[in-house]
Amino acid sequence: MKAPVMIAAVAALLAAAGVARAQESKIQLKEGPGRDKVNACLACHSLDYIQMNSRFLDKSGWTAEVSKMINVFKAPIAKDDVEAIASYLAQNYGKPPQ
Amino acid sequence: MRGDHSESRRRLLTRAGALTAFGALGAARALAAELGSSRALGFAELPDGTLAEQALFKLPGKVPLIKKSYRPPNFETPIEYFRTPVTRNDAFFVRWHLAGIPELTAAEWSLTVGGDSAERELKFTLADLKKDFEPAEITAVCQCSGNRRGLFEPHVAGVEWGVGAMGNAVWKGVRLKDVLAKAGVKASALEVAFNGADQPPIAATPDFVKSLPVAVAMDGNTLIAYEMNGKALPHWNGFPARLIVPGWTGTYWVKQVVSVKVTSEPEKNFWMSAAYRLPRGKFTTPTFKSQLYSPNEPITTMVVNSLITSLTNGQQIPHGKAIEVKGLAWDGGAGIARVEVSTDGAGWHAARLGRDFGRFSFREFSMTIPSRERGALVVMARATSRSGETQVEQLIFNPAGYHHNVIQRLYLEVV
Repeated sequence: MKAPVMIAAVAALLAAAGVARAQESKIQLKEGPGRDKVNACLACHSLDYIQMNSRFLDKSGWTAEVSKMINVFKAPIAKDDVEAIASYLAQNYGKPPQ
Repeated sequence: MRGDHSESRRRLLTRAGALTAFGALGAARALAAELGSSRALGFAELPDGTLAEQALFKLPGKVPLIKKSYRPPNFETPIEYFRTPVTRNDAFFVRWHLAGIPELTAAEWSLTVGGDSAERELKFTLADLKKDFEPAEITAVCQCSGNRRGLFEPHVAGVEWGVGAMGNAVWKGVRLKDVLAKAGVKASALEVAFNGADQPPIAATPDFVKSLPVAVAMDGNTLIAYEMNGKALPHWNGFPARLIVPGWTGTYWVKQVVSVKVTSEPEKNFWMSAAYRLPRGKFTTPTFKSQLYSPNEPITTMVVNSLITSLTNGQQIPHGKAIEVKGLAWDGGAGIARVEVSTDGAGWHAARLGRDFGRFSFREFSMTIPSRERGALVVMARATSRSGETQVEQLIFNPAGYHHNVIQRLYLEVV
């Protein structure tokens, strides 16, 4: 529901969700090239989605996930950053080499 | 299947079971203590990243649940809360798609009913619903379509649920068909679409809207519920009101529902046209006919399933002690006909069924296995519905990770 009346209500929620928010801020992703660009994901979801989905996606799998976020969910991620983000995810949260 | 073929298959299964028993015990024992481990429950294991990251976390008003993601909040019910047929409100799983979840009050909430196939548009407050309609109550399982996704082999992306993205409750509210009757349903009605108060953090993200075939919306068991187990719905489960679609997977049980639209056209937003879809023809669940405009089809009702809750993989049973097998079974609304237990994959023996709370509810089962000789044994449970549907031996793979109802295999050791 995208009704104006709901906007105030969302602000009220953020207080209730504060506990989870505080916990969320403790999530530490691995350091590595591209790590800073992954912060774009925070616009919509906590970074534990990345850890949860590891380690079974290869580079093309992670590229597909990032592309879905941009194309379907309209994530504010520059197309130029897809490669760096997918590389970071594959390197740090990807399927281990066989 | 010919008799000789099925006989050799049975022998093969028995042998495979026995062989795996020896190999699996060591690993099972080591992992049994890991929070939310699916291997500890006799299934394929969750992704290692999931196991490492998940932890117990207490949302306001909830007991500590297994955290899958903080935002949007996705929290799983731990196994110990499935030892009763009805799931506690404060232990009921939490699943949201969009992080903008308003904290609504009963006073500000209202429900708008309309659409191009409704005679008129009406607005109801919570007080209106309670005052103007006959209340209705039903005990029904709410299970996420992706419950057990984390057990898929190979793993598929998404919320990596173990076994606890489900719960059973007594839901009370009003019949959707009574509400729709007040608005007037035109002959042109094809679907009824539902929108909740939740919204995406980014305006361009598809809002979470789900639709049902008009016949399902008009079914007397489909409710707009404002109570769960005799209390107001918890915020995390859709306060003040949510849709209850008994037999159908949780994706249709729209939380914080604020809008109902009777439409003459199929709802084609992302959540209907692309998400929550199955390859066509892989499952025998009902077909959502107005949504067949692409090679796949929407998920509809739950598949038959069961969960043993009294044992863990690798558990040691003292010699001379009986083995108590207890658990829950459920399906998409035919009701549970029987649950059978096997200790070798060949012979299956009927378990005792618990009280019948209706065909949409969890059904308890139990069986006592007399004490065994020392050594490894496997324990399996297999539920069959009143429509003859039974659990599968091998996963029916589908890319989004739905409908996992593979027979559980717990390896025990009599010592």
